[in-house]
Amino acid sequence: MTENINVISAEKLTKRFGSFIATNEITFDVKKGEIFGFLGANGAGKTTAMRMLTGLLTPTSGKATVAGFDVYKEAEKIKKNIGYMSQKFSLYEDLTIKENITFYGGIYGLTNAEIKEASERLLNKLKLQSSGAALLSSLPLGWKQKLAFSVAVMHKPKVVFLDEPTGGVDPITRRQFWDMIYEEAYNGVTVFVTTHYMDEAEYCDRVSIMVAGKIEALDAPKELKRIYNSDSMNDVFIKLAR
Amino acid sequence: MKKFLGFIIKEFISIFRDKRTMVVLFGMPIAQLIIFGFAIRNELNDATIAFFDQSNDYMTEQIKQKLVSSNYFKLGANLQSNGMIEEAFKGGKIKEVIIFEPNFAQKLLKDGGAKIQIITDASDPNMAQTLLSYTSAIIKDYQTSLNKQSDLAPIIQSEVKMIYNPEIRSTYMFVPGLIALILLLVCALMTSIAITKEKEIGTMEVLLVSPLKPIEIIIGKVIPYLLLSFFNVITILILARVVFNVPFVGSYILFFFIALIFIMTALSLGILISSVAQTQQAAMMMSLAGLLLPTIILSGFIFPISNMPLLLQWFSNIIPAKWFLIIAKGIMLKGVGFDHIWKETLILCGMFLFFILISIKKFKVRL
Repeated sequence: MTENINVISAEKLTKRFGSFIATNEITFDVKKGEIFGFLGANGAGKTTAMRMLTGLLTPTSGKATVAGFDVYKEAEKIKKNIGYMSQKFSLYEDLTIKENITFYGGIYGLTNAEIKEASERLLNKLKLQSSGAALLSSLPLGWKQKLAFSVAVMHKPKVVFLDEPTGGVDPITRRQFWDMIYEEAYNGVTVFVTTHYMDEAEYCDRVSIMVAGKIEALDAPKELKRIYNSDSMNDVFIKLAR
Repeated sequence: MKKFLGFIIKEFISIFRDKRTMVVLFGMPIAQLIIFGFAIRNELNDATIAFFDQSNDYMTEQIKQKLVSSNYFKLGANLQSNGMIEEAFKGGKIKEVIIFEPNFAQKLLKDGGAKIQIITDASDPNMAQTLLSYTSAIIKDYQTSLNKQSDLAPIIQSEVKMIYNPEIRSTYMFVPGLIALILLLVCALMTSIAITKEKEIGTMEVLLVSPLKPIEIIIGKVIPYLLLSFFNVITILILARVVFNVPFVGSYILFFFIALIFIMTALSLGILISSVAQTQQAAMMMSLAGLLLPTIILSGFIFPISNMPLLLQWFSNIIPAKWFLIIAKGIMLKGVGFDHIWKETLILCGMFLFFILISIKKFKVRL
C-alpha cells in the first residue's frame, strides 16, 4: 500500500573511503509502504548505502533522512524506527526460537506483555507453535530466514532493511518469504531490499540499479524493461551492469 | 536498562549452553590448580638416594639415619663399590649418592676432619641444587651437634630462617600466579572470543543497528565474564585453602578489590583484542601468544624476574600480571595493607585506563 509520503530520502549521498568513492552522489526517495529493490553487482556500493541509511556509517557528504530523522544527527532515533536483517544470519543459533524472540523484543524496548503477544502471533504465523523451545540451530535455513524477517518487523518499524535476505534459500521458501514481505508492505511498512535474484526484482514496486557507486536506473520493473527493451529484469541488469 | 538486562541474560544463556565454554570456565581453573599444585613442585619429598659407606662406623650410621629420617630422602640402595655408583645413576631412580671415606669416625676425631663426597644427578639442575643444599644442611646440623658434645672452640653459626613460606612450598607461589592466569584466560581470552564470535556470525551488525548503544553492547558482553571470573577466584582460594593448606593472612576485601582491578585490566585487553581480530581464531591466537605466554614466562609466576636478563626485566614491567602477583603475594602470604601496595595498584589502574581508552577508540562503532 504505497502512500505518497517519503520515508527514506537521499540527496547526493556520498561515501568515500580514502580516494575510493563507494557511493557517488546517489539521490532517491522511497515512499511509505513501498517495496524498494536496491540492485547492483557485488562492490557496486549497495552495502555502503544501506549502512549509511541504518546509521552504521556516517556519510561523507549529501543529505539523507530515514523515517523523518536525519542520518547525521539522529542516528539513535533512526535505529528505534527501523528493522534490519542481514545477508549473514541475524539470529542466535545457540538460543531457542522463543529466546531469540524475547531477546530481540527486549533490545527494541518491547514490554514483556508485548513480547509475549508478538511471539505467539509470530509462531502461529510461521506454524512453529510446537517448536518454541527448540534450538534455532535445529531449524532449516529457509525457516530461519522467515523467522529472522518476522523478528526484524516484530517491533513494528517504519522501515525494514533487508540485505540479501533470501541468499541460499530454495525457490518455494523464497516465494513464501516474499508473501511475508508483501503482507508487511500492505500494512504500511516500507521495505528496502537488496537482492541478486532478478525474479525477486520483478516483485518490487520500484527498483534502482547501482553501477560503480552511482544509481544508473530507477523505476518500476515494467518501465525499466520497456526503456531497456528487455524481456526480463535479468536482461536489464546485464545491459546496465556490464 | 531492561534492554541491557535482556542482553546480559542472553549472554549467560549462551555461555551455559556451550559445553566447551563451560569446560574452559570451570574445569580449567580446577584442573590447573591440581596440576600446578601436585605435579609441578620445586621442593622435594622422598628423593631416592644411595650410600657408599666405606667406613660403616657409628658416625656414618648416625649421619645416614639423620638423612633418611628427614622426610626429604629415602634410601634407594647401599652401594658396595665405586663401580656401582654410575650404574646407580644410570638406573635413573637414584638422584644422589653420598660417599663416606674409610675410617670416617676415627679420622674425624683424631685428625679433626673427614670427608664426605656428594654426587648428584645434575641432568635436572634445579633438583640437583636443591638436593645438595638439603644434604649439606643436614650434615652441617650433625656437625654442630658433635661440636656441642665435645667442648671444642665455638664456631660461628648462621641460622637461616625462611619467612612467609617457611617450608619453601611452591604451591604458595603457584596459587597467586594461577589466579592471575585464570583471570586472564577467562577475561581476556573468553571475552575476545565472545565478541569476535558475534562479528563472525553477523549478529554484531544487527546489534549495532539496534537501539542498543555500542557501549551497552560491550559492557553487556563483559559483565557475565566479570562475574564468572570472580566465582573462579573464590573457587581457587577455597581449593588452595582446603587441598593445599595455603594460608591467607591478609584482608579478603582488599584482595577482591585488587582482583577487580586486575579483572578489569584483563577485560579491557580482551576488548582490545576483539576490536583488532576479525575471527575467533585470530582472537584466540592473539590472546594465547600475546597474553598467556608472556604472563606465564615473564610475570614471575614460574621464573624469578630477578634472574632474567635486564632487557626482559624491563619488558616484564608492561605485563599486568607481574604487578598483580606482587600484590597478591603480599596480601595472601604477608598480610600487607594497602599502604604497601598502592604503587602497584596505581600501575594496574593506569594500565586499565590505557587499554580501555585504546579499545574504545578502536572499537568501530559504525563498523
